[in-house]
Amino acid sequence: MSNAILGRLDLSSLSIWRAIENPTGSELIGAGAAMLVIVGGLAAVILLTWFRLWKPLWRDWLTSVDHKRIGIMYCALALIMLARGVIEGALMRTQQAFGLHGGFLAPDHFSELFSTHGTIMIFFVAMPFIAGVINYVMPLQIGARDMAFPVMNQISLGLTATGAALVMISLVLGEFSTGGWANYPPYTGGDFQPGPGPDYWIWAIVLAGIGTTLSGINFAVTIYKERAPGMDFLRMPIFCWTVICTSIIMVFALPPLTVAALMLAADRYLDFHFFTNDLGGNMMNYVNLFWLFGHPEVYLLVIPCYGIFSEVISTFSGKRIYGYMSMVYATMSIAVLSFCVWLHHFFTMGQSASINVAFGIASMAIAVPTGIKVYNWMATLFRGRVRMTVPMIYATGFFYLFVVGGLTGVMLANPVISFQVHNTLFLVAHFHNVIIPGVLFGLLAGYHYWFPKAFGFRLHEGWGRAAALLWIAGFSFTFLPLYWLGLQGMPRRSVTFSDPAFQPMMWLALFGAALIVSALGCIAVQLWISIRKRDQLAVPLGDPWNGRSLEWSIPAPPPAYNFAVLPQVCARDDFAEAKADGRAYRAPGQYEDIEMPDNTAIGMIVCVCATLLGLALVFWIWWLAILSFAAMILALIGRTFRVNARHVIPAAEIAAEHRAWLARIEAAPAVDRLEETHERNLGRAVLEQPGRLEAAQ
Amino acid sequence: MKFRHLSRIVSLAGCLALSACSGTQDTFLLPGGPIAAAQRAELIKILGWTMIAILPVFMLVPVFLWRYRYRNRNARYTPDWDRSWLLEVLMWGVPLVIVAVLSTQLYRTTHALDPYKPIASDNPPLRVEVVGLDWKWLFIYPDLGIATVNELAIPEKTSVALDLTTDTVMQSFMIPALAGQIYAMPGMRTKLHLLADAPGRFEGENTQFNGTGFPAQKFQAIAMTQAAFDAWVAKVRAGGQPLTSDSYAVVAEASTGAEAQKRLDAQTLPAGVIHFATVEDDLFKTVLHRYMHGTPVPPSAQPGAIGYDPQAATGEQDR
Repeated sequence: MSNAILGRLDLSSLSIWRAIENPTGSELIGAGAAMLVIVGGLAAVILLTWFRLWKPLWRDWLTSVDHKRIGIMYCALALIMLARGVIEGALMRTQQAFGLHGGFLAPDHFSELFSTHGTIMIFFVAMPFIAGVINYVMPLQIGARDMAFPVMNQISLGLTATGAALVMISLVLGEFSTGGWANYPPYTGGDFQPGPGPDYWIWAIVLAGIGTTLSGINFAVTIYKERAPGMDFLRMPIFCWTVICTSIIMVFALPPLTVAALMLAADRYLDFHFFTNDLGGNMMNYVNLFWLFGHPEVYLLVIPCYGIFSEVISTFSGKRIYGYMSMVYATMSIAVLSFCVWLHHFFTMGQSASINVAFGIASMAIAVPTGIKVYNWMATLFRGRVRMTVPMIYATGFFYLFVVGGLTGVMLANPVISFQVHNTLFLVAHFHNVIIPGVLFGLLAGYHYWFPKAFGFRLHEGWGRAAALLWIAGFSFTFLPLYWLGLQGMPRRSVTFSDPAFQPMMWLALFGAALIVSALGCIAVQLWISIRKRDQLAVPLGDPWNGRSLEWSIPAPPPAYNFAVLPQVCARDDFAEAKADGRAYRAPGQYEDIEMPDNTAIGMIVCVCATLLGLALVFWIWWLAILSFAAMILALIGRTFRVNARHVIPAAEIAAEHRAWLARIEAAPAVDRLEETHERNLGRAVLEQPGRLEAAQ
Repeated sequence: MKFRHLSRIVSLAGCLALSACSGTQDTFLLPGGPIAAAQRAELIKILGWTMIAILPVFMLVPVFLWRYRYRNRNARYTPDWDRSWLLEVLMWGVPLVIVAVLSTQLYRTTHALDPYKPIASDNPPLRVEVVGLDWKWLFIYPDLGIATVNELAIPEKTSVALDLTTDTVMQSFMIPALAGQIYAMPGMRTKLHLLADAPGRFEGENTQFNGTGFPAQKFQAIAMTQAAFDAWVAKVRAGGQPLTSDSYAVVAEASTGAEAQKRLDAQTLPAGVIHFATVEDDLFKTVLHRYMHGTPVPPSAQPGAIGYDPQAATGEQDR
């Protein structure tokens, strides 16, 4: 069964081979997905070779320790994985739409789909997207030159990419777990699933989880130590506050998951009995550990998106954020409370009513600070000057849909209701209802908002609007019907169903899924068109939205060192204040040399070694596991001997670049907000005057 | 009282859904007993109270977006306004009060509807032991000495006390129209109480994914008059087969109810249902203790596992 060289890898591990041997519809779909991975990979290699891009890719991106480039790579990874996750979701909706007594997918294939869909969407879409936006934006907002630990940042990215790679490889080699994204034992134990599936899940989660823990440390230390002079905690943009909360959650919540996954690995590989049925194993411990991570995780995802919405709503209303201190308190209390509610994921496990009451009330209590935030955003709109740009369309969708998610959250926080709707489609509808409008809409709003900063040109507005509206409609059609089906008692993860009354809602949900797929298509088209029209959309001066925080005070895209001279911060919304006082765009008295960290390949080495390690462990190829692990450790130790890995950018070069940019600012027309999405908007904004608006044009 | 309208709408919607299906009640929106009815009432109450916090958002967001649109020259613009004590008190106060009200409500109902708490009824309670298997449910009536697969007959207006475990992976037992769900876990006993107000058929299910046969793990809970129940018991005693360790090992294999029914030649009964006229003593305890001996349970003796072997399993038990 297993040999010394290839472990348990053999011909039947290849999903394409399985489809040749047993060409059912389900196997063919699996083989098609595998082909897509292989063809996609080959196409990427051919294109990179054809356009001679290997060298720039290596030099400018893969070995870069610049937080901005790492941020962009995180976002790119997230968008690629989002495409897979959405297609899987749509495939599941299609199966269920035809699922009355049948459908076209084999039950095992369906279970793999919901397991990979959940794992990918949480760990390899939401988390890297958030890490990407934080990486890009946070150092710019606090006036820093880079992360506190730039090399560790690269390693975090490498480990996250490893996890994503393992999930992608599982399409081609072997199969993925069928135990859902939470991978509960004993179902995922060796007795019930001896194959490589759960092992793929374990190693993808463990390796990516270590990366995320390191990211959390990095973000927190960056905010504690790298703020520009004058940037007191209470002058930071709300987004940075949300980043602090999220980093704290990353540091404390990810380890229980990593530990739980490693304990499961010990059960599966070393015949331990942490979670087995016999010999004192107890799956309840796994469930507790998993959700001790799992619930803070939800807030880890949504809190930075609250931050993004705060920035977006304040900027596009042309106003300070209402209730800054309330926002800070609310965010902090959500972060703390998020660790006190994990048990609401299993009110039905048989503990006493008193325990359920305690966790039920704690869960409902989170509705208070969350409610405050929603009201604060509304008060920010109040007496503002609101421009309905793409991020604001997402924000509007968020207002409506997220509140519905909050309502069903309060229902689920009540043990009495949870006993009925737990594990049904009601639950599925609820968490999609907080994660899509809350997290994904937030991230897409952020993508649209900060894209011009990162690339120097805006995204096409029309396609963006179409995408936003399709997302909102698609979400509503797909998931609101699932609430109803859940109330009717339909369990989640059902490949088929037998009640014909469910059929119409299933068709509605399929229609919604089609809208979501077209929304994703619009985002792809938007990116393509925006790149082609980048000259018309260019905003090189750096402030396309009349922004309020420091990231808008520098060119777009920013230079590697971010700020020619570190800013002296005098107020909240410092850049808005500076523009009002005439402090903005002033040439400093003198420029100084800037030291920046050198590029390094260590992140890529870790990524490649860890991927090989993961594969070797999944397929029991012990020699490769030892070799790749040793190589990774040696490379990391070797790296510590490089002490002076920094280069200097001379003051003269910085001065020349900065003065040239200031001269362009001086010469450029400042545009008002009516021309925000017009070609004339080069990224310099007219000051908004309070009181009545002057006659347009 | 406030929520009577809402309640009526919910019932109406529930009826519409029901009229489309077969006549089995499978949702707590159309409750068949006091627990599910109380759960529905709780849902409606929460819906009502949270609306106080939610309706202002629904109504004011479009008003603000329209009134304060960029081109509206008549609207006031106060870019530096960022605080109001009155608003602050309202924003923190109203949600706090709502959550406080809902919390007291939650405290009362969670204790009142605790699944471990027996339900008061005039008739003596009926004990049923439930064993979750891949992908079927085994019901043992310890006081009657009979057992069934996928058919839970209960007398109306009688408190039913269920003890649950599984002989495979974790499962979750639910009859939505009668009561909420509770997990069933190997080597552990959980409890659930329910009561049906009137005769009727209610769909029951497993909601915790446990493999390929998962969607087929449904059963009928049939509430009947006491006379009908006695007749049903007599019928099971007369027509059922004995539940021995041999037939248990077959039932425990990973298979749907319909497949197990075929293996045990019980196809005259409704789909997926098997009747057992006698039950080996303490079968529930045997299952429960299988994992508590401090000895390993190899896959060949582990129902539901890949490589489970009914013959080996019976040998194991005999030993």
